This record gives sequence, structure tokens and C-alpha cells, in this order.
Amino acid sequence: MPQLLNLLCKGAVMEHESLGQIFIITLLSSNFVLAMFLGLCPFLGVSGRLDTAVPMGIATSFVMLVASLCSYGLNALLAYAGLEFLRLISYIVVIASTVQLVEMVMKKFSPALFRALGIYLPLITTNCAVLGVALFQTARGYDLGQAVAFSLGGGLGFTLALVLMAGVRERLRLSDIPGVMQGTALSLLLAGVLSLAFMGFAGVGVAR
Amino acid sequence: MNSKQAGVTMDTFLEGIWRQNPVFVMVLGMCPTLAVTVSAVNALGMGVATTFVLVCSCGLISLMRHQIPKEVRIATYIVIIATFVTLVDYIIQAVSLTLYDALGAFIQLIVVNCIILGRVEAHAAKNPPLPAMVNALGMGIGFTLGLLALGSVREILGVGQLFGYTLFGANFQPWVVMVLPPGGFFVLGAWLLLFAVLTKRKQANAAIAESSVQGGRHGA
Amino acid sequence: MTTRPDPAQGGESVHPAVALVQPDVTSGGRLIRTLGVVTAVCGVLIVAAWQFTLPAIAANKKIVLERSVKALAPAATHIEEYDASAGGLKKAAGDPAAGAVRFYAAYGSDGGLLAIAAEGASRGYADVVRVLYGYRPECECIFGFKVVQMKETPGIGDKVTTDTAFVANFEHLSVKLAPDMKALFNAVKTVKHGTKKNPWEIDAIAGATITSKAVGRGINESVQKLLPLLAPHIEDLKQGNEK
Repeated sequence: MPQLLNLLCKGAVMEHESLGQIFIITLLSSNFVLAMFLGLCPFLGVSGRLDTAVPMGIATSFVMLVASLCSYGLNALLAYAGLEFLRLISYIVVIASTVQLVEMVMKKFSPALFRALGIYLPLITTNCAVLGVALFQTARGYDLGQAVAFSLGGGLGFTLALVLMAGVRERLRLSDIPGVMQGTALSLLLAGVLSLAFMGFAGVGVAR
Repeated sequence: MNSKQAGVTMDTFLEGIWRQNPVFVMVLGMCPTLAVTVSAVNALGMGVATTFVLVCSCGLISLMRHQIPKEVRIATYIVIIATFVTLVDYIIQAVSLTLYDALGAFIQLIVVNCIILGRVEAHAAKNPPLPAMVNALGMGIGFTLGLLALGSVREILGVGQLFGYTLFGANFQPWVVMVLPPGGFFVLGAWLLLFAVLTKRKQANAAIAESSVQGGRHGA
Repeated sequence: MTTRPDPAQGGESVHPAVALVQPDVTSGGRLIRTLGVVTAVCGVLIVAAWQFTLPAIAANKKIVLERSVKALAPAATHIEEYDASAGGLKKAAGDPAAGAVRFYAAYGSDGGLLAIAAEGASRGYADVVRVLYGYRPECECIFGFKVVQMKETPGIGDKVTTDTAFVANFEHLSVKLAPDMKALFNAVKTVKHGTKKNPWEIDAIAGATITSKAVGRGINESVQKLLPLLAPHIEDLKQGNEK
């Protein structure tokens, strides 16, 4: 009786969440960056300027969508074969190769898009948000449609957080800040304020 | 590459704990750092798990460093790291389901923790196993200490406890925001600020000392 | 970086066609071989760890489950796991199949069926709220619940476990099936604080309505699915422990 008691992992009867509900909740109240702490490295690293934040966000959203689809199929395959213990290793390998594949396809068919997004793609492989999408959708047992809504919400939420942060940081560059505050410490405190603001969305999209 | 100079010195070990501390100096691996540090116990669990993965994968990769072709090194590293993370995942489940539940998906997300890939690429791939593992252990301990610094502050302020022991009397009003997501950002930001102030003061003192030495010279 | 000479250097004068056949010092075969060896080693490690920790993990999960079920039915001495589906009841093994509902039957020392426990989940204020509730067939009611997992705001949402008035809602929560045995006669419903009138209603905590509703909704969803599947077999279940 190997997986007899997975009381704490899954198997519970979860009410059916509608696609819009999942989307809104992942976009706002459980924003990937500001509430779930996923994808913080690019969030702190690439949020200096608006014109890099937007393409980075879009590239990440796209990869998250692809990763979500891939891991959905992969999980079904692994569950069918009874090889759940290989889940993590196959997810990461498949995500890494998908990113590379996306990069090649983009380079071949849309050089303009590649020039805009290409430099961000390798960074995305080790973005927790991408693996996070795959792991969370598996843990929550989402079906295909829900997984797509989840990854879209997550990706756009990431973009939203990145753009907001970049906007604030661009304006801060013009203001007089004490020397010790500059750098990561300030970014983190700002992120804290943004996160506090996003907490105000809690409850949005939850059925009454 | 010369394996001769790569002996084990105290600095190999201490580098990660202080000078290159992954949390406070390099600011790497933020996702687990902020997400799981709502209590000191979680921080400790996460730190130990990451250290285990770090030491094991650095050791193994360092052993195989001459065999791994450059073209597929990242893929190989990721596979090896993912293996040890899976191991740690099962070990934590076997040890404590409560801890497993509290850390959640962040155990599996150790795979994409930049600290590990960074250490492997920057140190283990160039050094023999012993120094590589000692260095990884130092980094791991540095990471754990960083997590503990965050986790204990958040637990003390947010619930008035440390490692689950109540510290204050019944009149203590917990500062709930500290155990919520914004608290993570605030506490880490405050720690970084503290370190920045200390560094600044140290530099200022050094500059004063320097100028007084030079002034003395001029006088003579 | 590694000791190998950089393939990009020294290979520039080679004719492109030749370069295609022999791209660099590291042949494709070697790449595949290395990756194969690494993957094989990793596979062995993972399987070994999995096999090794399996009994401990199963034992841990059993302890957690028994502790949770016993928190609902302290007199239980023996707990059985079942999956209820349209095809009847089945001893649980592995993950429940699609459409099946996992539940736990708690038996007392005399072998009598004390209670049935099952899990319900619904989205609360911060994240999913998972509860384990106890059902008693004799009274067709829920007699208690326990939060399995929740990330609600400390001091507000987590009152659902401590607020005695709220917990009292679940001491005798009516979940009678409709005569057609397809759904509840009255769906479990969380109502605004202070407006509970009927035994199938839950009085929400003032200021923590969303979490209160999540608990009620999670239980309702689960009960609505479980009871119609369970009802035809309740007598089998009572005898379950005697064979």
C-alpha cells in the first residue's frame, strides 16, 4: 500500500474553480511575486527600467504557458506509468529543453521577436516562477483549462508586478535617497509596500 | 586549472558564511528565503535541506568535473541537482510531514535556487571534491544562518514565539504583518539596510584612519 | 571552465562541411554517453531513496491521518480507508480515481462504526482551506471538523479553529439527503453572523466571513459528492469490520 495516505497532498474533493476565478486570484491576490515569492531574482534584477521589464514579463509569461502545458502532459504520462518519483527531474529537464526549443523556433521564424525577447529566455530557465507553475498546478490537481488559466494569471501577474516595480524605481532614480538606502534594500522595502497593497485584493474572486 | 593551489583553507569554508553570504551579500535564492521564513523551524529545515543538496551536488560534480563535456554541463548539473532535491524531498517526508507541509513546493523549488547552480558553476566545476564540499558547506551554513536571521525575527515579531516557545506575556500584541508576505520583504530589507549602514560606517572609519595616517606623514 | 581546449578555437580554418561531420573535440557520442551515465546514476539514486523512505513516509502519513481522525472521533481504535464511486465502495489504494471520493471509516473497540471522516477543500482568503469533517450516519449530521491546512491571516481567519461559537455550528450540522438520494435536502450554507436559523446553516464569524464560508463550502461540496455515493452502502460499511 504505497501511496495509501496522501491525505495532506491531494485527493481531497476541491470545489470546482472556474477559469476566470483562478485567473483573477493568481493575477492579484495570490500574485506569484508579491504573495507567493516566486520569480524574485528577475523581479529584483530586471525591474530597473520599464522598457526591459515589459519584454521580460511577456517572455516569462509565454514560457510559463508552455511549461504549464508541457508539465500537464508529462504529469499525465508519469501518472499513467506510475513513475511519480521522477516528476521533479523530468519537469526541470523538459522545461529547460523547452526554453531552448522556444528560443530556436523563435530565432528561425520571428527574428524580430527573438531580438526583443531572446536575451531573457536563458534567464527564465532557472526562474522559480516557471517551475513553480508546473509544481503548483500538479499539487492542486488542475485540469488542462485550469492549468492554462493558472499559468496565464501567474505570468501576467508576474508582468504586472515587474512593471509596477519598474515604474516606481524609474521615478525614484530622480529623487534624493540617502546613500545607504540605495540598492537591494530599497527594492525590497518597495516590494514590501507593493505586497502590502496587493494584500488588499485578498478575497477578490472568491465565491461568496 | 591547477588543482594544486586549491587546498582547503579556513577561507574556503568561511567565504560563504560571511564575506560572500548568499542571503545578505549576494542576495541569491530569494524565493525560498522569503517564502518559508515565517518561523525559525521552517527556516532551519529549509537551510539544512539546501545545504544537503548543495554539498552533495558540489561533491559529485567536482568528482566528475573532468568527465562532463562543456557543451552539456548545465544540463548535467541540473539533472544532478534535481536528483538530490528529490532525495531530500523524500527524506523530509520520512522525517516530518509537518515540516514537509510547511515548506510545501519550496523544497522542490530548491532545484532552481541560484545559489546551487552558481556554486557548482563557479567553484565545484574547477576544484577537487574536498575543497568544493567544504566551500559548499560554508555556503550552506551561511544560507541557513541568513534564513534563521529572517525566520527568528519574523516569528518573534509576528507571533511572539521563537522555535515555538512563547517569549512574551499574554499582553503581547503580535505584529501579524511580519508573518504575512510583506513582512518577508520588510525584514530582509531591514537586515540589508543594517548591513549597509555597518559597511558604510566601517568604510568611513577606515577612511578617517587612512587620512590621519597620511596627515601624520605629511606632518613629519 | 574545464581543461578541454575550446572547440571554437583552431576549428575556424576547417571547411564547413568537415566541421559539420566533426564539429569539435567532444563528439556527439560522448555527449550522449556522459548524459546517459549521469542520468542512469541519478535514476538509481532516486529509486533507491524512494524505496528506502517509502515505509517511513507511509507510516508518517498513517500517524497523521489517525491523529486527525481521532481528533474527531477519540474513541476510534481502527480506521479503514475507502474510495466511494458510482461503482460502490472500494478499499483505497493509490490516488482516488476520477469521480471517486476518499473517505475514512472509524471503528470503535467493539467493531461498531463510530464515524465517517472525509476531506473538503475550498478557497479561503489567502489560499485553500482544507478541512477534515466527521459524519455520523445515525443522525445524518456532521459532528465536527478539523482544519488540515490553511494559510489564513493569523488572528482573523484562523479564528475558525478557536472561535467556540463557530465550532459549535458543527456539533450537529444537518446533512440529510433528499428522498431521491442524489443531493442534500438542504445544502450546507454559511450565513451572515447572527442569522443562523436552521440546522443546516453555519453562523459565520463576524470579520472572518470569507474563511467561514470557505469552511462551509468545502464541507458542502464534499458532502454533496460523498453522501449520495455512500448512502446505499452504509450497512455494508457497518459490517465492514467483522469480516
